[in-house]
Amino acid sequence: MAQAEAPESRIDPTASAEAAIVVPPEIVAQSLGEWFRAWLVRLRAGQSGVLPVVLGLVLISIVFTAISPNNLFLSAGNLVNLFQQSAVFMVLAMAEIFVLLLGEIDLATGFTAGVGGVVAVQLVQPVTTKWPWWGAIAVALLVCALIGLLQGTLITRLRLSSLIVTLAGSLILSGVLLILLGLGPFSGYPSLLGRNPNILTLYKLMWGTIDPVLSWIGMALVVIAVGSFLWLGDSRRRRSGLVAPPASLTILKIALIAVVSVVVVAICNVNRANLGTLEGVPWVIPIVLAVLAVWMVLIQRTTFGRYVYAIGGNPEAARRAGVNLAAIRTWCFVLCAFTAGIGGLLYASYLGGMSNNFNGGQIVLYAIAAAVIGGTSLFGGRGKMLHGVLGGLVIGGIYNGMYLLAIDVKWQFIVTGLVLLVAVTIDALSRRSATSGSAARV
Amino acid sequence: MHRCWGGRLHGSRHQLDHNGAAASGAAAPRLIPRYSERVAQVITESPSPAEPLLRLRGIEKHFGPVQALYNVDLDLPSGQVTALCGDNGAGKSVLTKCIAGIYQVDHGQFFWEGQPVTIHSPRDSAKLGIETVYQDLALADNLDIVQNMFLGRERLRNGLLNEDDMERAASQTLANLRVTTVRSIRQPVASLSGGQRQSVAVAKAVMWNSKLVMLDEPTAALGVVQTQMVLDLVRRLRDRGLAVMVISHNLNDVFEVADRIAILHLGRKVAEDRASTFDRQSVVEYMTTGAHGPAVQAGNDKGQHGTS
Ligand SMILES: Nc1ncnc2c1ncn2[C@@H]1O[C@H](COP(=O)(O)OP(=O)(O)OP(=O)(O)O)[C@@H](O)[C@H]1O
Ligand SMILES: [Mg+2]
Repeated sequence: MAQAEAPESRIDPTASAEAAIVVPPEIVAQSLGEWFRAWLVRLRAGQSGVLPVVLGLVLISIVFTAISPNNLFLSAGNLVNLFQQSAVFMVLAMAEIFVLLLGEIDLATGFTAGVGGVVAVQLVQPVTTKWPWWGAIAVALLVCALIGLLQGTLITRLRLSSLIVTLAGSLILSGVLLILLGLGPFSGYPSLLGRNPNILTLYKLMWGTIDPVLSWIGMALVVIAVGSFLWLGDSRRRRSGLVAPPASLTILKIALIAVVSVVVVAICNVNRANLGTLEGVPWVIPIVLAVLAVWMVLIQRTTFGRYVYAIGGNPEAARRAGVNLAAIRTWCFVLCAFTAGIGGLLYASYLGGMSNNFNGGQIVLYAIAAAVIGGTSLFGGRGKMLHGVLGGLVIGGIYNGMYLLAIDVKWQFIVTGLVLLVAVTIDALSRRSATSGSAARV
Repeated sequence: MHRCWGGRLHGSRHQLDHNGAAASGAAAPRLIPRYSERVAQVITESPSPAEPLLRLRGIEKHFGPVQALYNVDLDLPSGQVTALCGDNGAGKSVLTKCIAGIYQVDHGQFFWEGQPVTIHSPRDSAKLGIETVYQDLALADNLDIVQNMFLGRERLRNGLLNEDDMERAASQTLANLRVTTVRSIRQPVASLSGGQRQSVAVAKAVMWNSKLVMLDEPTAALGVVQTQMVLDLVRRLRDRGLAVMVISHNLNDVFEVADRIAILHLGRKVAEDRASTFDRQSVVEYMTTGAHGPAVQAGNDKGQHGTS
């Protein structure tokens, strides 16, 4: 209470030196060299950003390429496969990030995705409901959003713990999933195999490809759009004297995006079939990128996103600023479940149907692991949608590499668990170093 | 906690009797006539508008068994700085938060420009034009300075956040406050020193077109220069015609800026008057004992300074 006594709270000459440690380099650097030095300082202070996940990806690539048979890991066919496998984790991780940013958790994401997947698969079956693909997708996502609304309402209005509510939700939904799977006159479970156009469309979410030439054109358009958006924004801010990264950094960023895009499209355009042709960018890549882009705008550029971060950082400050905490929190659970539904559609498409093998309890742990590995904090307030995509690649890479090596599933569990532990440790350490500078304050 | 309130007794002539007539036998229902009577007397020294911007009557607040505020009356007139004093736990912050809409009062009324109003949420108070610097600052550590300053009233362009506009306005405000020690306006608040955070909290409260600004210990963590900046700012706000309420344990600051002083003791308002009627000795006595020696003897001071 009597905070005035605190001697360290006077403005002291070391204050700016202390500040240098945690200030993101891009907001103080005037040149690329300065940016790099500030980045190193920040790194040494334990604030590593996306570096661990990028290093992790490189490490995974090197290790698995070296030991996989015929260096199969980095072959075009496997890389595309890797991305397809990762896509589900990426989307589910992005879903989880909505609630992780609040400092909450959703353990039902996996089975929410499962329910979404099975609803869509059931609805398009030509022998029963015969729904068009778009209707099935819309209803599946709506069902997921309602699941999120229900859980979110319980959590925010009744002030129940999100851990418990979504754990219960996960159990309930796993039962619901089995009920939904059992509907209809199918021997076994409803699948997405067959020539019906609606079934085929769902199947193509994961397996459909874009013509190589169209892939190049589309990529070029996306890179030009993103690049000019970045460049115009940054240079406008530089001109009006606002905080902006140096021009060379903006150029570097755009170049990086361009190179990655070209490499991805080039890999996808290699013929990866053993017989015949299978080439072009799979649909799932633009689908994941679209989800990423829309959620990035929502989280970074709207008041909703701003309030999500504020609640995660200091709910009391948000409340005093007039933010409607209950509404924002509920919306995050709705968006989480909705996004999980997209992941469920991709999952169903990947497997060509749904079955009782669906292990939603494990998938949600992978999703949370992916988000945390990517750099999103479990303590709330820190994280980005991009983290879900990067972390999903890591999880997918481990999964894929171990599969290639025919390593037993028990080792997969162990390795993935260890990776999650490392990520959580990094998260906790960087949080500690970030708060140690200000912990003494009231 | 063991603060030296300054033994220096400058101006020992404590004006007890300046409105003794109005005080005699006054009771709650006769508040308004009593008030105007008082204004008539005060007006010769410091002209004040007939109706204070915010008038609190009979405010009570309890937390479970703890009664934090008992029947508090307080006037916050425009164009004047009202200092709210009291020992630790006197209820100053609770009263501030009741006005800011963070706590709901159990009993009592608010009159805003003479009209009865209810304040149920921070949005209500913001809508009236009330801005607050909280004792615990209430900044989101993970957001940067601009984002914190605009939290809850972001500027938009085409439905998206207009960061450029907000950044310009925020840096303008900080420059006016001579807050020059921060490296970048875009650095997260977690990376600021205690004093810098306090400067940001003050800047956040004064950048809006508000009518009442309440500052709960705004200078507690500030260095000498920044403290003077904040006190200057308080005077400038007053000169612009705003009502300002300042809470401070530093009596130097209080006597430097306050036009009026109100004193809380264990949740009761024990004194409220023009600053010139107090000296350090009397303020300290009111804060520590809830009464002032001569006043108790005179017997008629309670009706004016006390609330029941
Ligand atoms: N949220 C709360 N719940 C319960 N009791 C509270 C709460 N807030 C304040 N109180 C109690 O109300 C009383 C007044 O507290 P308040 O914070 O207003 O004191 P203060 O005058 O601001 O003191 P300080 O000078 O230390 O800031 C104290 O006894 C405190 O314990
Ligand atoms: Mg207080």
